[in-house]
Order: sequence, then C-alpha cells, then structure tokens
Amino acid sequence: MDSFQIFTTSTSLVDSVDKKLLVVLRDGRKLIGILRSFDQFANLVLQDTIERIYVGDAYGDIPRGIFIIRGENVVLLGEIDLDKEDESPLREVPVEEILQVQREEMELRVKREKIKNRMLSDQGFSVDQAEFGDLY
Amino acid sequence: MLFYSFFKTLVGQPVTVELKNDLAITGVLVSVDQFLNIKLDNIKVVDEERYPHMLAVKNCFIRGSVVRYVQLPAPSVDTALLQDAARRERQQPAAARR
Repeated sequence: MDSFQIFTTSTSLVDSVDKKLLVVLRDGRKLIGILRSFDQFANLVLQDTIERIYVGDAYGDIPRGIFIIRGENVVLLGEIDLDKEDESPLREVPVEEILQVQREEMELRVKREKIKNRMLSDQGFSVDQAEFGDLY
Repeated sequence: MLFYSFFKTLVGQPVTVELKNDLAITGVLVSVDQFLNIKLDNIKVVDEERYPHMLAVKNCFIRGSVVRYVQLPAPSVDTALLQDAARRERQQPAAARR
C-alpha cells in the first residue's frame, strides 16, 4: 500500500467540514451539528450540536453543545439539504412533549417484547436476552 | 485490498446499502475507502416511513463497520474476473504486493 492511500477517509469527509450534518449513532440517537474535525476512524468533532428525537411524525430538539464522537459509534453522516428540510412533513414539538411521547413508545415496545418473549419461551424457544436494540 | 479495488470499479453506479440496523439506502456510489466506508449521493431510503430523519438528507457517508450488505447492479459485476483476481492475490506473496 502506498502511504498516500492510507488516509482515504479524509478525502471523503473533507468536503463535509464546516457543514451542517446529521449523525446517526449506534444507540439510535440523531445528532445535528457542524462538523469541525475528523480522522481516519471517523472520530468526529461537532459544534453547536442538537440532539433530535423523532417519534412518528413529530420531533423535538435538545441543545447539547460540542461533541467529540468516538468513530466506532458512528453509523452514518448525512449532509442536510436545506430545501428539503423546509418542505419536511414533520412537525416540531416542545422537548418535554417529545420526551413524554418517546417514553410512552419505549414502554409500549418493552411490553410487546415481553409478551413476544413469553410466547416464544412457552413454545420452547430459547429467548435471546441481549440488550434491547443493539444490533451491531 | 481486493474488495476495495472492486468497489472502486463500481463508483458512479446505483447501489443499495443495507445497514446492520436494517436501514437500507439506495444511492449512487461516490467513493469508497480501505475500510469500505461508503459515500452515496442522491440517496433514497427504502422504507422512508420508518426513518423520518433521513428525509432531508441528500448524500451520506456510511461507516464500513455498520454495513451488512451492498446490493450491486448485476451487469457491472464480472464474477469471472473477480474469481481470477482472488486467485492472483492468493498466489502473490504479500511482500510483492506492496
């Protein structure tokens, strides 16, 4: 391998520096901020970051500030199309409201999962007790 | 580096990348690097209703480690050539490849 090829991640992320990006993390969180720095592992520095929580057709923002994200937790980085963002069918709701709705949805999911697991184990299947949601 | 070289030949082609969280994204392959990180342009999420956060995103960088599958356009894959390349890579001693 020629040494100039080792840093090819930089050739692909360097155009995204100083732009507003959506970062999806492995735990399902969505962060929106300005990319200030990165390296070959996709470790990232985000400035003026907000965490955006989506439930159904609603979303809510929590201001978070500066993030240094360890690369292994990054799923994808998307550049936000400002035109498309304006015509989005989603509606913004206050943080407290979205957190409440998110909690309710989570409880519903846990309840459904419990029922499913009970039915499976009644049928003699072994149920994977791995932590909920980590597919990676 | 075989698959890296292979993906480089597919730049400009439409591909569908399925991630380990079941999110599937179709788009034009823009670039790929040695970790098989993938950059896509003009993206469209296969099941948009489930992933509303992707609506406003036009291009994206996907970390190679979270990719489960890449679906390729069949006409642009020459399996005979790939097989041959795999054999050649196997025969060459690692030192000679550098």
